[in-house]
Amino acid sequence: MGYASKSPWVIHYDGSSCNGCDIEVLATLCPGFDGERFGVVNTGNPKHADIFLVTGSVNAQNIDVVREIYDQMIEPKVVVACGICACSGGIFQDCYNVLGGVDKAIPVDVYAPGCAVRPETLIDAIVEGVAVLDEKAAQMKSAEKAR
Amino acid sequence: MSLMELIIPILASLVFAVVAPVVGCLLAGVDRILSARMQGRVGPPLLQPYYDVRKLMGKERVDVNTVQGAYVVCAFIFACLAGGIFFSGGNLLMCVFIITLSSLFLIMAAWSTRSPYAEVGAARETMQVMSYEPMVLLFAVAFYMATALILPTEGIGSFNVGAAFSLDFPVIAYIWPVFLGLLFILTIKLRKSPFDLSMSHHAHQEIVRGITTEMSGSTLALVEVLHWCENVLFLGWVSIFFVWGAWWSVLIAIVVALAVYFLEILIDNNFARVKWQFMLKSAWAVALVGGGINIAVLAFV
Repeated sequence: MGYASKSPWVIHYDGSSCNGCDIEVLATLCPGFDGERFGVVNTGNPKHADIFLVTGSVNAQNIDVVREIYDQMIEPKVVVACGICACSGGIFQDCYNVLGGVDKAIPVDVYAPGCAVRPETLIDAIVEGVAVLDEKAAQMKSAEKAR
Repeated sequence: MSLMELIIPILASLVFAVVAPVVGCLLAGVDRILSARMQGRVGPPLLQPYYDVRKLMGKERVDVNTVQGAYVVCAFIFACLAGGIFFSGGNLLMCVFIITLSSLFLIMAAWSTRSPYAEVGAARETMQVMSYEPMVLLFAVAFYMATALILPTEGIGSFNVGAAFSLDFPVIAYIWPVFLGLLFILTIKLRKSPFDLSMSHHAHQEIVRGITTEMSGSTLALVEVLHWCENVLFLGWVSIFFVWGAWWSVLIAIVVALAVYFLEILIDNNFARVKWQFMLKSAWAVALVGGGINIAVLAFV
């Protein structure tokens, strides 16, 4: 296990969520679930974050914002789509202004469905994401050695 | 000045640069566990701060400019020099000035990025330095005056930290108001609530991450290590009040330093952040009352 997986700092962005998933994301870090047991820290800064938690679907208004945050994050990084809206658009899929899930804007590594997504699902998703994070860190290291 | 007088602080700085991060890392780990317990959580493992730094060192190198990293390295070098001077029994006044120089380098590192959030953080850090500096200077002066009274040298004191080991009783007896004043500004120096204006340990503040907003990867890791070193030095300042001729006084000093650290964590978890105006006014008032009156009384003794 590398160090990348031992300290996953997350950044949370609310796309066009109804706030249900956002409350669950924050609940994950609260005493009841205590994400910090696994080193999870909520940062407000994309440059410090390793895992991007997006809630809600992507629309014409926020697609640039989602891309901007993703671009500012530093490799290795992982994207987790939190909630069914972020996964596929959910019940808002057919709305005239909704483009779809987060994968319409940026590459998504882990999908965490649910309406709203449960903290247990989120912790599972972050643990899954952490494995991807380690993989990417190892790839970066071997690419550096090859250079 | 002999060659040895030059070599000892430099050697001590090198030792400090290795030992202080280890001690500071453990202290930071204890801090996070205690904070979590105070909030009814289990908290991270003890070595979590170490994991964080190792992870940051493995991140891709993305610097907004070339000068920022150099400033942070300078800040780290001067913090180690200040620590080396202090723990080798060197000049307290010099230690105080050099650690301020270290803070100034960190401010410049933030300012060099031209990012609005980092600039707000840098401006606030400047206010923090302005707030705590008078009290820190009075602490050094009070240490000199207290040693002048206790040492058998007929009114000539010493700024040398090592002089504390030739005292008959600790300086706290004469300068306890200064000690209380130093405790007050220690909250600013340790970056604890209610005075964590420029860079908070906790997420979700209006200036993103203050001075470290534009720092990432290994630069951010070095800022974290710098913070550990500073913490060890500041707890050293606290413990110097309780040291005297007996060797076991060092144990008392360490216990007091740890108790003070616990108190700071308790304060951190129980207070909301204040505005900089309150910080400046209260810190200067404390410096005037705790430091000023104490020194005035000592001057007339």
